[in-house]
Amino acid sequence: MTESPIREPLVTGKKSYAQVTDDVLKPIVSAPSKEWWFAFLISATVMMVGLGCMTYTVFTGIGTWGLNKTVGWAFDITNFVFWVGIGHAGTLISAILLLFRQGWRQSINRAAEAMTIFAVICAAIFPGLHMGRPWLAFWVLPLPNTHGPLWVNFNSPLLWDVFAISTYFSVSLIFWYTGLIPDLGLVRDKVTNPIQKKIYSILSFGWTGSARAWHRFEITSLVLAGLATPLVLSVHTIVSFDFATSVIPGWHTTIFPPYFVAGAIFSGFGMVLTLMIITREVLDLKNYITDGHMDAMCKIVIATGSMVGLAYTTEFFIAWYSGSIYERFTFINRAFGPYWWAYWAMFTCNVFSPQIMWIKSIRSNMKLVFIISLLVNVGMWFERYVIIVTSLHRDFLPSSWQMYYPTWVEWGTMIGVFGIFFTLFLLFARLLPVIAIAEVKSIMKVSSDEAKEKNTHSYASGELNVNVAHSPDNQKF
Amino acid sequence: MNTKEIYGIYDDDHVLLDAVKTIRKKGINIKEAYTPFPVHGLDNALGIKYSRLPYVAFGFGALGTLTAFLMQYYMLVIDWPVNIGGKPHFALPSFVPIMFELTVLFASFSIVGAFLVSNGLYPGKEAKLIDPRQTSDRFVLVIDTPDNQEDIENVKNLLKNTGAITIKEEEKESNKKEVAHA
Repeated sequence: MTESPIREPLVTGKKSYAQVTDDVLKPIVSAPSKEWWFAFLISATVMMVGLGCMTYTVFTGIGTWGLNKTVGWAFDITNFVFWVGIGHAGTLISAILLLFRQGWRQSINRAAEAMTIFAVICAAIFPGLHMGRPWLAFWVLPLPNTHGPLWVNFNSPLLWDVFAISTYFSVSLIFWYTGLIPDLGLVRDKVTNPIQKKIYSILSFGWTGSARAWHRFEITSLVLAGLATPLVLSVHTIVSFDFATSVIPGWHTTIFPPYFVAGAIFSGFGMVLTLMIITREVLDLKNYITDGHMDAMCKIVIATGSMVGLAYTTEFFIAWYSGSIYERFTFINRAFGPYWWAYWAMFTCNVFSPQIMWIKSIRSNMKLVFIISLLVNVGMWFERYVIIVTSLHRDFLPSSWQMYYPTWVEWGTMIGVFGIFFTLFLLFARLLPVIAIAEVKSIMKVSSDEAKEKNTHSYASGELNVNVAHSPDNQKF
Repeated sequence: MNTKEIYGIYDDDHVLLDAVKTIRKKGINIKEAYTPFPVHGLDNALGIKYSRLPYVAFGFGALGTLTAFLMQYYMLVIDWPVNIGGKPHFALPSFVPIMFELTVLFASFSIVGAFLVSNGLYPGKEAKLIDPRQTSDRFVLVIDTPDNQEDIENVKNLLKNTGAITIKEEEKESNKKEVAHA
């Protein structure tokens, strides 16, 4: 039950269980701060701009975008892949790190999973808009119809995407909500306002925390984690199939699935870092989302960033090694053609910038980490832009070569979707416990400041009482 | 039969765990325990049998695989075979992604559904709490009140000796008028 006193504690500041409850629920029970309102109003305004541009697109048509005969999709699919990728870090934290028994995930998994859900909502907007007639979106489903019925084409990766993304969204949602039920029960018992109490009472499904319910809860979480792990890998694999199964130079490569998955986790951790640095500061949760958590996430960013760098160079090498003149041209055009700035922006942000985090003092400087996390987001956005636009804008027929320029409608939609994302996240931070309270409490006896002190004491006095009978969950860092 | 229950309320998970072991060693049956978070080892200590929920997930997962396969086979091979570049109608590899997705989808929804049903949880259900702090920092043990007074005292003493901070004897939940989360 004990762990080495040398390891950094996961919960600092000698908290009792009641204090954990109070600390995490503070934003829910108290009135919103000025900063919250400020942030909320800004993101809601940005969101309205986005909704305006979307409405304009739907009423006028896809002609409002800068697409042309050669570049048939650009900003929409770039943003789609970008947002789906962001979501992947949330699932990595909530599912994969659960299977690996990483105790440090406990305090960030709730927020990261919420991020996943909001990111997938943002992602889904783009293909919906690109349909031009979003009210016919149900045509992508295999529903009986009056045309035969003429079914959807199950051989198309775009259709696999429909299934992958909707499964990913709904499974993430129920996984997240199942984890929320006990904490909603706690909120219900803590709030005093009768209307709030009523709402949380309905949402908490009558949770009382009986030992049997907890037993089933833990098994359900484990099984869901086991299901979500291959799911998250499959989702970005299928997203990469959208490109890889085509015959376009620069897309038609077998490296795409692992490359996309690594990139997705990389960009997702960039976003988790961005959000967590702000959240723990604003909501005063530094004892739960500690510097140790930040450090661990920075290390994941270095690792996945290096994988992405390896993929970029491998791609380049293989383009030359393949002997295909089209493949070679595409890659030289990517790095030195008219979109060279996008390529090098991607390379600098994704490959070079995370590498400076090898230095401990940079990893522990939150301002620098924040900047790097933003750079990672920018770089990963450019990665998708580079892959998509540079492969398309100069195709097999030089007479149809063309540049792609986004219009204000596309810019507005893209920025507006960030508004939607942050508005949802701010509401989440206000209305739901940002930290999985029950899960954090369950590791406190093992890895809090106080537990550490006790253990150190027993190590010193030689009366260490190690109870290993029930300690499967205690390895971390 | 007695209509009452004895509640021992603790304030620490390790004390609770030791208490459960001691009480059960004396042959006294613990009906239920309520904790604010999953206490590791409590299910073993209480003798809770390993849940069968994973079998539900497996069964429905297999059903999902089968559903996806049969759906694609029926639509693409039987009902309306479309000639796409002369490729075979029955192209198993391209059926795989959706078979996988539906497996995960069915398994996840079934286990969450089974989790809610087996715990009797549903939206709007009234939570019957023994201690208003049992979801925050109090741990409750529930023991059926024995028939004779001497045994009742024994149980109460036992709870006290194992570290319970409060001991209550009340009407059983099933007989009680709703007090809810006062």
